[in-house]
Amino acid sequence: MDHRGRYDRVDDMGIRSHMAFDERRYVVEIPHSMKYQMGSCGIAGAINVNGEKIPGSMIETMITTMAERENGLGAGFVCYGLFPDHTDEYCLQFLFDDDDARREVEEFMKDWVEVEWDEKVYTSTNFIRIAPPFPLVRRYFALPKRKSVQFWMQGLDDDDYIVRMVMLINAKIKGAFCVSSGKNMAVFKGSGYARDIAKFYDIFRYSGEMWLSHSRFPTNSPGWWAGAHPISILDWSVCHNGEITSYGVNKKYVEMFGYNCALLTDSETITYLWDLLVRRHGLPVEAAAFSMAPQYYSEIERMGSQERELATRLRMTYKEAFLNGPFSILVGRGDPITMIALADRKKLRPMVVGRADDDSEFYVASEECAIKAVNKDTSTWTPKAGNPVVIKAGEGLVRTGLEPPFQGVV
Amino acid sequence: MDVNLPEKYRPIIDAERCIKCRKCIRECSFGALRFEDDRVKYNGGCVSCLRCVTICPTQAIAVREVDPQFTPHPVFDEKVRRSIIAQANSGGVLLTSCGTDKEYMDIFSHLLLDAAQVTNPSIDPLREPVETRTYLGRRTGRLPMRDGKIDIEADMPPIISMDMPLMIGHISLGSVSYNTQKALFSAAKDLNIIAGSGEGGLHKDFYGFSDWVCSEVASGRFGVTADYLKRVSSVEIKIGQGAKPGHGGHLPGEKVSELISEARMIPKGTDALSPYPHHDIYSIEDLQQLISVLKESTEYKVPVGVKIAAVHNVGAIASGVVRAGADFITVDGLRGGTGSAPRIIRDHAGMPIEIAIATVDQRLQEEGLRNKVTLCAGGGIRSSADMIKAIALGADVVMVYTAALVAMGCKVCQQCHQGICAWGIATQRDELTKRLDPDIATQRVTNLFRAWNEELREVIGAMGIDSVESLVGNRDRLRYIGPNHRIAEIIGVKHSGEGWG
Amino acid sequence: MSEDELMDQCVVIDADRRDELGHPMGYRELNERIREAVSKGCKNVVLNNVLGQRYIGSTIGVARIEIHGTPGNDLGAFLNGATIEVFGNAQDVTGNTMNAGRIIVHGNAWDITGLAARGGTILIRDDAGYRVGINMKEYEDTKPSLIIGGSVRDYLGEYMAGGSILVLGTGVTEGQSPIGLYIGAGIHGGRLFIRGKVESYQLGAGATITDIAEDDIEELESMISEYELAFGKKIERDWSKFVKIAPQDSRPFKGYYDKTLI
Repeated sequence: MDHRGRYDRVDDMGIRSHMAFDERRYVVEIPHSMKYQMGSCGIAGAINVNGEKIPGSMIETMITTMAERENGLGAGFVCYGLFPDHTDEYCLQFLFDDDDARREVEEFMKDWVEVEWDEKVYTSTNFIRIAPPFPLVRRYFALPKRKSVQFWMQGLDDDDYIVRMVMLINAKIKGAFCVSSGKNMAVFKGSGYARDIAKFYDIFRYSGEMWLSHSRFPTNSPGWWAGAHPISILDWSVCHNGEITSYGVNKKYVEMFGYNCALLTDSETITYLWDLLVRRHGLPVEAAAFSMAPQYYSEIERMGSQERELATRLRMTYKEAFLNGPFSILVGRGDPITMIALADRKKLRPMVVGRADDDSEFYVASEECAIKAVNKDTSTWTPKAGNPVVIKAGEGLVRTGLEPPFQGVV
Repeated sequence: MDVNLPEKYRPIIDAERCIKCRKCIRECSFGALRFEDDRVKYNGGCVSCLRCVTICPTQAIAVREVDPQFTPHPVFDEKVRRSIIAQANSGGVLLTSCGTDKEYMDIFSHLLLDAAQVTNPSIDPLREPVETRTYLGRRTGRLPMRDGKIDIEADMPPIISMDMPLMIGHISLGSVSYNTQKALFSAAKDLNIIAGSGEGGLHKDFYGFSDWVCSEVASGRFGVTADYLKRVSSVEIKIGQGAKPGHGGHLPGEKVSELISEARMIPKGTDALSPYPHHDIYSIEDLQQLISVLKESTEYKVPVGVKIAAVHNVGAIASGVVRAGADFITVDGLRGGTGSAPRIIRDHAGMPIEIAIATVDQRLQEEGLRNKVTLCAGGGIRSSADMIKAIALGADVVMVYTAALVAMGCKVCQQCHQGICAWGIATQRDELTKRLDPDIATQRVTNLFRAWNEELREVIGAMGIDSVESLVGNRDRLRYIGPNHRIAEIIGVKHSGEGWG
Repeated sequence: MSEDELMDQCVVIDADRRDELGHPMGYRELNERIREAVSKGCKNVVLNNVLGQRYIGSTIGVARIEIHGTPGNDLGAFLNGATIEVFGNAQDVTGNTMNAGRIIVHGNAWDITGLAARGGTILIRDDAGYRVGINMKEYEDTKPSLIIGGSVRDYLGEYMAGGSILVLGTGVTEGQSPIGLYIGAGIHGGRLFIRGKVESYQLGAGATITDIAEDDIEELESMISEYELAFGKKIERDWSKFVKIAPQDSRPFKGYYDKTLI
């Protein structure tokens, strides 16, 4: 297939590089040489605001339309509104290297949570261009065990309790990784081309109100499945394109609040920042986005007095949350299902938003072609630098990304 | 019984160029030159302050370092033997000034900066904004909410905004001249940064600069009055100084002129002694008491910080200082300058600022305090490169002392303690202080720090960072290239050749 | 070229022809077919159902390429004389380092449109993104021009060393500016014409606002006519609504460096 631009890298880099890494057999266990993951990527997301389900095939088409943006070393999907029968329980979805890791996690969780239901996640290795080994994938619908010694000792609310448990498992149990831990959502990711990861999990069998996806073009990192995007904690998930030049600052900051950066990527710190700023500190999305991609002081000086005060306070207080350098991110959150899209304050990474002509569905992607591939009848725009686009299930387009930064906040 | 020591420096006068104007003789405050036999002759006592070299209208003078007179010896080097002979002569404690001249303590030179390539773009600060605004004071860590909204009316602790991550360090009136301090303050005003008052009160002529002055409350409490505390942008309790940790201050009576007497509020001609410790601080809870009384006395309108010398347990001390209520903490490193200090302490006690910054930053982060306090670091910041590296190691603000004086004319001859500075900086003698034009000196200091700030913008732009806060403690963007990888480990910097993470 | 239709030297290529995996034609195949047609003397190439294929028309000299759909990044890179007409939106880096030719977009073009263009014309009917016309330059007779019907974002004409940019501001709300911030940052050659409000804080370092001169009107007239012709729209010639942004100096940052021997 060498006449096709989109595949020609496979022979040069894709398959062969997988082969080269095979003997090390990194799948879930963190590679011992891993220091930091970086790379450019494609992102895509789709949300239906009327409560209708979007099939997995749509997101697969979106992300694979931008196949130029990936090199086969990581891709993933997250689906929201996936488990209408289990909306109250945390869905802990794990990748395991082997049964020993699974047993260890199950043993560990006994002290922490009550598992209401667990199941093997369907996977298939037919017709995919990913070399083995493959992880075992399993999900557990669980609630905090309120009468346990752990719950009493930790003294945390449910969400923080789950965060703590996930952090501990991901840091301490070798060969196991909790890839998502939110309610009514799950992450499907791994090391491979987006198309192959989609096939591996058969995401075509799922549908939900919102999907986000990511395909990676990393400059390093062999077949490490847990390192792919989306990166998720609780019902937050983040797909990220770009490289944060302030990573050292952001990482130290989130670690101060008990987040353990096990994935060695800037994208992981972004995920924790959203959880910290919005869920724990209670900032409105606009203010959290502003903290991460603030306007320049020269622009702040021209704001109205209240906005200026807020902007200055945010920049001062959350200077360690400022994500410097190029990024475009897609952030998902449940209850209500919400999609947030944000680009850095210099707008150094691409991001296009699409709106279906009947206002039922909205799309965000790195490239417009991904949107047109699934719906030709859309109008598209690019949000302003550092200005969040917010789309909520049940409400529709809450922010276009063109408004003044604090509209509706002050 | 005194044994003479060989000369260290010698002015060489080019007879062909010399026009016999005798300006050099008049300008040499050390009395090293005389006119005799129709030519300029050398008396001895040259300290290489380069005053004569600089002012000679025909550039007829060069100061040469005299070749070592002592037999070469790798252990009993010249400095060792000179010290022994001097102390055998006098029986005294060797006194010196400026920062230590021992070179092995420089870690900055073993650190390399990062730059952006491919995976993120570098930023051109000439064309795109690269911000350097920096705050000095306490931060709340999160914003207060009211009725589910951010309460922007809520009181916030006082905080100062500066245009650069740089402060002019505390240099007291007394150690330097009136004109020098005036130039430092007005440069701070022009640059919109803060300058330290040093321990010596604030002369009434300088009240106009009070928005740009951080007043020091040191152990002697000179000039600390109710009025003084009202006329400041911030207050700093000085516990120690990097050049002489654990040591106090001594301004000899000869330097306590009318002017100094007025500012320090002590009789003219008496010694001004700053005790070694604050005698109201024998422990950390006492520090809390002093911080609190200063906050109370300034009606919570200005940040109150604490300056400590970098000593071996600096991390824990810093965390205690923050818990005691300091809004900012200043750590002063081993190589910091001084107007007068015992050589034994200057050269042998303390910790290099690079290590101090990294350990304090790390400690405050581990204790969950780092996002509440401003970390200032000084003592050995000679250049924009040092400033940038200090920030990347974890400092929010760097304090610069000696470089500001060098900008004015100081040649770091290490004779400040003699009080006869030929450049009119570290002296109170009228005939010498008038040599320094405060307007020119202001301009020179302003030029220097503007240029440094431009270089900072160039460097962070090259790293793909467009605001200085994203450099603070971003040790991922530094690499160690020195001989001792243990240092790299301690300061949390990877070795050159290791990737990110 | 079995399925291609060759009629009146017009080659039509359907980029939607799916492979066995259900994905559209890769850019290498598409571009190879364009180059093949052009090398055989074909002057008209029509591309249908284009969906994100990149580098379309790169380096092409003489031909007219009509695109229906969404062309991918780097459309018309190093273009050397051909005309590319897009019926739809373009993506990023349209006309990268183009030398000569025309790119006409019946829609929007996003970031970095016209990067380092050295000649030729880019016409965007509606809006454009960030860093548009960055580092455009002119040399002797070749002079690029970039015409945008709607509005643009920050850093328009950054590093600009030559050529002309025209922003017509159609569809911009009354009282709003059709351009963003840091316009012409580091500009040291060339000129930008903006129809609509421009405040001095929007200017980048080295840029200055000047009045429209007599000989500017001639150039404006020809650029506007070109836009009208390309898109069949009418633009009002009220020169009082136009603002010109020009370099303060051809060397905006001299004096920034210190050359002392250290």
